[in-house]
Amino acid sequence: MSEVIEYSEKVMDHFTNPRNVGEIENASGVGTVGNAKCGDIMRIYLDIDDNEVIKDVKFKTFGCGAAVATSSIATEMIMGKTVQDALKLTNKAVQEALGGLPAVKIHCSLLAEEAVHAALWDYAQKKGIVIEGLKPPVNDIEERE
Amino acid sequence: MNKLIYLDNAATTRVAPEVFEAMKPYFEDLYGNAASIYRFAGESRKAVENARRTIAEFLGAKPEEIYFTGGGSESDNWALLGIAESMKNKGNHIITSKIEHHAILHTCEFLEKHGYEITYLDVDENGLIDIEQLKASIRPTTILVSIMFANNEIGTIEPIKEIGKITREKGIYFHTDAVQAYGHVPINVGELNIDLLSASGHKINGPKGIGIMYIRNTVKIGAFIHGGAQERSRRAGTHNTPGIVGFGKATELAKDKMEVRAKYETELRDYLVERVMAEVPYTKFNGHRTQRLSNNTNFSFRFIEGESLLIMLDQKGICGSSGSACTSGSLDPSHVLLAIGLPHEIAHGSLRLTLSEETTKEDIDTTVDAIKFVVERLRSMSPLYEDFVKKERK
Repeated sequence: MSEVIEYSEKVMDHFTNPRNVGEIENASGVGTVGNAKCGDIMRIYLDIDDNEVIKDVKFKTFGCGAAVATSSIATEMIMGKTVQDALKLTNKAVQEALGGLPAVKIHCSLLAEEAVHAALWDYAQKKGIVIEGLKPPVNDIEERE
Repeated sequence: MNKLIYLDNAATTRVAPEVFEAMKPYFEDLYGNAASIYRFAGESRKAVENARRTIAEFLGAKPEEIYFTGGGSESDNWALLGIAESMKNKGNHIITSKIEHHAILHTCEFLEKHGYEITYLDVDENGLIDIEQLKASIRPTTILVSIMFANNEIGTIEPIKEIGKITREKGIYFHTDAVQAYGHVPINVGELNIDLLSASGHKINGPKGIGIMYIRNTVKIGAFIHGGAQERSRRAGTHNTPGIVGFGKATELAKDKMEVRAKYETELRDYLVERVMAEVPYTKFNGHRTQRLSNNTNFSFRFIEGESLLIMLDQKGICGSSGSACTSGSLDPSHVLLAIGLPHEIAHGSLRLTLSEETTKEDIDTTVDAIKFVVERLRSMSPLYEDFVKKERK
């Protein structure tokens, strides 16, 4: 029946002590990806200053241990970065930073990348700017896999 | 680490000390092959036959109708594949339900690939099959009805007596997967018109790796494992004497304690359900309220996901299980929870807690307190809960 899922210490650390959980009032950008049907939803809030630097990041996640951990570490990885640098965040980098993910959980890291991109997209829409290399968010990432 | 609170007795149970004691000699001293001729092996043979008799009596069967197998899944596979093969001249149609264990469902899928037609009966919101739908599904080509005695996830006990009445009238074989029910509720294969029944040792404080199949002596079925004369040449392989002895002992204990145990577990179960439903908002209780196994509880907590819940409970020393997709390695949550009509997102947030006679009221109190804490914490992190609260405020 079920495959036993074992998490790295880093994943467990981010799951049990998630960083930057919460909401940002009047955020510069908010992105929500995933769907409840598949069991994962991630929402990322960004506070971006006039120099296009991410001053604050918060997240909320409905999902498994890996979903929480990937969102938590993603917020850490883009905190204080410029919009352009944040855009470079990849699911591979998220996986590596967590010391690896079980095969069935790889999609969680993809979701984290998508959530950051979706929040950046929202920011660009609100400001009426175009961010080089940023594509509109996919609502259901499972469709893409 | 806190004291371990083990509430996953539907997954497996502790081997009772009496069972372990009964098994020991058959590892150390009486290791003879039950099929050998010398007197030394006769002790093993006697032990196997004693266990067979105990189990047969418990089920109201004859000893020669009890076959030892490697466990519940093997028995389920044998029942379906064996009848499919032996009855292929009569027909190719099998009726089962949507909430069976995967040992049944995946075997049915296998049979579908080989030309068999399977009807999967629906269940209502409590997990009960509809007798009328069963009747309407019977065809001239129906060779087997396989409906579980009690469900492993939500504990609902199916109307076995009514099913047996119908299958007997129609002359169709009736198999029941009784892995969760055996030793927990009284079963008499004669009164219930059961033709084949699967049961497993490790769900009733017996050892793992041992199961039985009851096969009524009028049932036409071939061998499942080929290669020896064991088990009336139908299930070859050297007898797992310690396992068989353990299963026999566990059956004896279960029989003696069944009533007292069911009463104790039912009281604790109801206490757990009452506390959770009263103290954790936005919670759904899954399965039939009363027609269910005495040790089974199943809840869905809205806005949160089951795997997260399990990991956080584990950190508090509490073992439970969930029907969330993330604990099954697929994207879909439990087929049982979907079959009783739960939407995906609510099925993802399910928690099954299954008690034992060793569970105490303190264990339950500790568990409920932990659930309250963990559910609240996960909800505070959940975008679904955030949206829900904002909507409520409007």
